[in-house]
Amino acid sequence: MTRRLAQTAYLAILLAATAAFVYPLLWLLSASLKPKSDVFDNRLIPETIQWSNFVEVWQAGPVLRWLVNSVTVGIMAATAVTLSSALVAFGFAYFRFRGRNLLFGLVLSTMMLPGAVTMIPVYLIWNKLGMVDTQVPLWGQNLFGTAFYIFLLRQFFLGVPRELFEAARVDGCSYFGLFRRIALPLCAPALVIVFVFELKASWSDLMRPLIYLQTPEYFTMPRGLKQIVDAYALSGEYHWEIAMAATLIATVPMIIAFAFAQRQIIDGLATSATKG
Amino acid sequence: MAEALVGAPAVARESRRRRFGGGFGGRSGGRASEGRAALLFISPWIFGFVVFTAGPMLVSLVLSFTDYSLVGDTEGVGTANYRELLSDPRVAQSLSNTFIYAALFVPLGTVVALGLAMLLARVGRASGFFRTAFYLPEMTPAVAAGALFLLLLNGQSGLVNAVLGWFGIDGPNWTTDPAWLKPSLAMVSLWSMGGTIVIYLAALKNVPRQLHEAAMLDGAGPVRRFFHVTLPMISGAVFFTVITNTIAALQMFDQAYTMFYGPQQSETASDESLVYMVYLFQNAFQFFKMGFASAMAWLLFVIILVITVVQLKVGNRLVHYEGEGR
Repeated sequence: MTRRLAQTAYLAILLAATAAFVYPLLWLLSASLKPKSDVFDNRLIPETIQWSNFVEVWQAGPVLRWLVNSVTVGIMAATAVTLSSALVAFGFAYFRFRGRNLLFGLVLSTMMLPGAVTMIPVYLIWNKLGMVDTQVPLWGQNLFGTAFYIFLLRQFFLGVPRELFEAARVDGCSYFGLFRRIALPLCAPALVIVFVFELKASWSDLMRPLIYLQTPEYFTMPRGLKQIVDAYALSGEYHWEIAMAATLIATVPMIIAFAFAQRQIIDGLATSATKG
Repeated sequence: MAEALVGAPAVARESRRRRFGGGFGGRSGGRASEGRAALLFISPWIFGFVVFTAGPMLVSLVLSFTDYSLVGDTEGVGTANYRELLSDPRVAQSLSNTFIYAALFVPLGTVVALGLAMLLARVGRASGFFRTAFYLPEMTPAVAAGALFLLLLNGQSGLVNAVLGWFGIDGPNWTTDPAWLKPSLAMVSLWSMGGTIVIYLAALKNVPRQLHEAAMLDGAGPVRRFFHVTLPMISGAVFFTVITNTIAALQMFDQAYTMFYGPQQSETASDESLVYMVYLFQNAFQFFKMGFASAMAWLLFVIILVITVVQLKVGNRLVHYEGEGR
């Protein structure tokens, strides 16, 4: 009897928690289709469906342009950081050299440095290079690897049996060959993890687009969304339905990405905690 | 610090590898060429470190002693910026806001995430579905989450207060009442903490069943099993997330800026929602007080450093590392 009760209570809590996490997204979908006056009626199925919100969002800003920009920046950022971090991680995983542990410690210690400390001088560098109001500063630094990804990939490379590398060396494989033909293919799942994580981080980034982009045509989706939120949800005539339509547009691509890369994301998180 | 973060399993692996795989560059020939090759592989990071980390740190430190503002003359101002940190009431305000937010979010987030992960761990085959459900909000970009919660938390007719109303609770004006701005921010962050839940779930699944069974045979109830078996076994993961979540919380920017700042901030903003990074960002890129902003950044760095070191010190005493003889 108490067991039954406990089981029921358990199920109720689980369902309530699930609703708390999922329902806001359903609410978002619903609100983006409602007329302004119905946004706050808290009905899941809109009484009147107003498709025109998605036409008006179009007029509120170059949304398609922003999406394309975000995809471009995201792919550049993710590709750059995956390749560069893998290269560096392999350097730390395969080779033994004097000062390796010290240098690797330095890599890890940069994780504690808040971005704020380097934010202004890095801005000055891009400014000097004439790159302000271009998208290059949003991914350029990724060409040089990122501590967390270097750490993660190194763990994976360390898991590759040493004999494979030795055998390839005997057969005359170059060091780059070891990396390119053995380490990378064997650790492909890890590369996907890094790629997806960075794609997500890049898609979410607000601060750098705020700092570097001034021309609305160059905005990424979050920066554009912020502009729409400013104009439609924080001031003016409060067209919440437009703001919600734009919010939905900014969210859906990431949910699609999650549908494709769910296993990698979950694995990656599990690895970062148990290996990290 | 690095080793401690990596945690015992990795350390154990490392030492095992050293023992068995000792042949690592052991061939006598080609040591020098190996060193050169290693340097080549690592060079991107070295370049990036010098140009985008070490160099900028130095420049930032220098700037913090000037009145640099992107345009116009720059003069050294000695420690004036640091003295202004002490005298500017908004620095103190934003610091206290950030601490309150972090003190709300980190402990609450840890407990809630752990509770949900333990629920999920019991689900069995359907856990994939629920895991997805909990993780989806984390895929939502921070700006989108902020915009969405701006409406959900609306004081008059938002969903959150509607739900509270079912239980007869008269919800506050989350987004406008100065007293409720930080709990609002914490709530947005709680909603998007699926990553922490997934990490805990993975750690829980690694707890050996036999330990629970043995404890049960010894007559330990669920509560004692939780504190004496589960918690010690997952303490590494908890420690890891507490440290990373704290560091992230102290640098919170996206949601606060989305919900309360922007061109129209006079209407909605109150200094009660001014978190440290927002104020730093405003100083650097809106007021162009870049020298002062640099000093602010160094203060943040020192704060994060101190808090992390304290957490590591306390944590290393509390965290149970498997295979450790203590």
